[in-house]
Amino acid sequence: MSMFKVVKSLMVMCALVNLPAHAGVYGLGKPISEHAVAAWNIDINPAGDGLPSGSGSVAQGQPIYAAKCASCHGAKGEGKPADVLVGGIGSLKNDKPLKTVGSFWPYAAPIYDFIYRAMPYNEPQSLSATEVYAVTAYLLFLNGIVPAETTLDAKSLPLVQMPNRNGFVSDVRPDVVNMPCLKCY
Amino acid sequence: MKQKTKLINPLQEIPTTSRRQFLLCSAALGGAALTAAAPARAGTENLSIPAWSKRSGDPVLWHPYGQPSAQQSHVVRRTLPGAPVPGAGASWTPLQNLHGNITPNGLVFERHHAGIPNIDAALHRLVIHGLVKQPLLLTMDDLLRFPAVSRIHFLECSGNTSREWRAPVSNSVQFSHGLLSNCEWTGVRLSTVLDEAGVLPAAQWLLAEGADAAGVSRSIPLAKAFEDALLVYAQNGEMLRPEQGYPLRLLLPGWEGNMSIKWLRRLKVADKPFFARNETSKYTDLLPDGTSRIFSFGMDAKSVITYPSPDHKLRDKGFYEISGLAWTGQGRIKRVDVSTDGGKSWREARLDGVVLDRALTRFRIDWQWDGGPATLQSRAIDETGYVQPTLQQLIAKRGLNSAYHNNAIQSWAVAADGSIKNVHV
Repeated sequence: MSMFKVVKSLMVMCALVNLPAHAGVYGLGKPISEHAVAAWNIDINPAGDGLPSGSGSVAQGQPIYAAKCASCHGAKGEGKPADVLVGGIGSLKNDKPLKTVGSFWPYAAPIYDFIYRAMPYNEPQSLSATEVYAVTAYLLFLNGIVPAETTLDAKSLPLVQMPNRNGFVSDVRPDVVNMPCLKCY
Repeated sequence: MKQKTKLINPLQEIPTTSRRQFLLCSAALGGAALTAAAPARAGTENLSIPAWSKRSGDPVLWHPYGQPSAQQSHVVRRTLPGAPVPGAGASWTPLQNLHGNITPNGLVFERHHAGIPNIDAALHRLVIHGLVKQPLLLTMDDLLRFPAVSRIHFLECSGNTSREWRAPVSNSVQFSHGLLSNCEWTGVRLSTVLDEAGVLPAAQWLLAEGADAAGVSRSIPLAKAFEDALLVYAQNGEMLRPEQGYPLRLLLPGWEGNMSIKWLRRLKVADKPFFARNETSKYTDLLPDGTSRIFSFGMDAKSVITYPSPDHKLRDKGFYEISGLAWTGQGRIKRVDVSTDGGKSWREARLDGVVLDRALTRFRIDWQWDGGPATLQSRAIDETGYVQPTLQQLIAKRGLNSAYHNNAIQSWAVAADGSIKNVHV
């Protein structure tokens, strides 16, 4: 290695040493702790990772649903103007399938994720953990998936078996073969 | 003398069929500009000097940003009734009025799930956390300091053409194919920023999440994040429009538009996908046996004739250049064939300009309309050899309820009166 190259390498190393505390190449952005991210860390996966403490029951959910959800989703989840939430179990092979929380969603815990992050439409991220558990329980009850006396929490919600749990398959496209004929008689 | 006069009039020296010039007049949405000119051969009126040549015009900065001619005011995005709540809807790009490959920023289609947030870029933050060595908080200033790239890519909603499965319902290419746009996107490679945080070996997936009121979130395979994903802050040379994700969006070239999360606020690195609402309840493809394809990310090769199409009307027989757009999420368009007889015979179209990777490609082909009924179709073939399918081929595999990813060959029926209709053949 020439002296020039050695000096150059040393210069690069010195430059790196002078970068801010984190490991990056460019030293841009600030380190942040997971604790500081907590308010934004709202995703909940099928295993229920991320579910907060607290609990809510079907009985608690009924009035919350009536007050905050029914105006868009119907008194019993029948929809209009927004999505139908209830029914359709067993309809997915039909000519007119009905895709709802009950008939289509594969996992229960992500229901909590979506209600908290995006609902009510005009006031997302406003419901307490109790309210979200309760509305989730009420929706699952309306769909006949849990009994009326159910209370859900971080432990029990991920264990709820959804009817369409095994209804999803991987993408096998390209699934069609067309021929690039110029005369296709 | 007579002979000399004849020689300097070139119109008399070319064959009758190509001498005659015909015009497209517009139907419901068409352009006044196209109908304004008189047939070139009418020519009996003496020219007069128009008013605009006889006085000085508007000064510079007539509009500081600039705007289209007032005569082009019909060239706008349009929406359809049926959005469940305000802000949870779409607007379609007027492909029938556009030329070339690039979509002007004001005409790029929209699909929002809870409206367009009004974000202060100075306060906007991107968090990268989860399975990383060092969670990071980035400002827009930080992101603009990284090495940047500009790439031209199409963006297509996987729900584009979803209304067309059962019947030809859209009598405009704007509504049949207009959830499609093509821009030059500028930003930083996602891999650059992920490397800054240091992704841990167990990581396989990435959750991308928007700062809009729907907090739209999608799981993205980490391989795609490192392959070609971009964190975009500019489109067609200017900062993103609010409806396109200002100040920051993800762009996943060739993949369904919903995954290119707008108003990007958070990236969480994980070992498993999240099965979020927009990758289970929506954006999955229901099959006849009741199962649904999940994580159907890529957009397959597709094309459509934009001119002439139902917004236009052919005024008389003669020469037309058929023109349209072709694209594929699998790389480059290799060939486009055009049929004017409903798919019985095909001719290879010209691909105009440089064919770019996962970008709209303009195709063109000459056509002499004989004045009779004709059915116009285009068929794209991409560099993988994949051939754009017929609707019947798609339905045979997927039934009528898969909703998304309809990339079927489109048919436009030209009637003897020159009107054009959306048809299934």
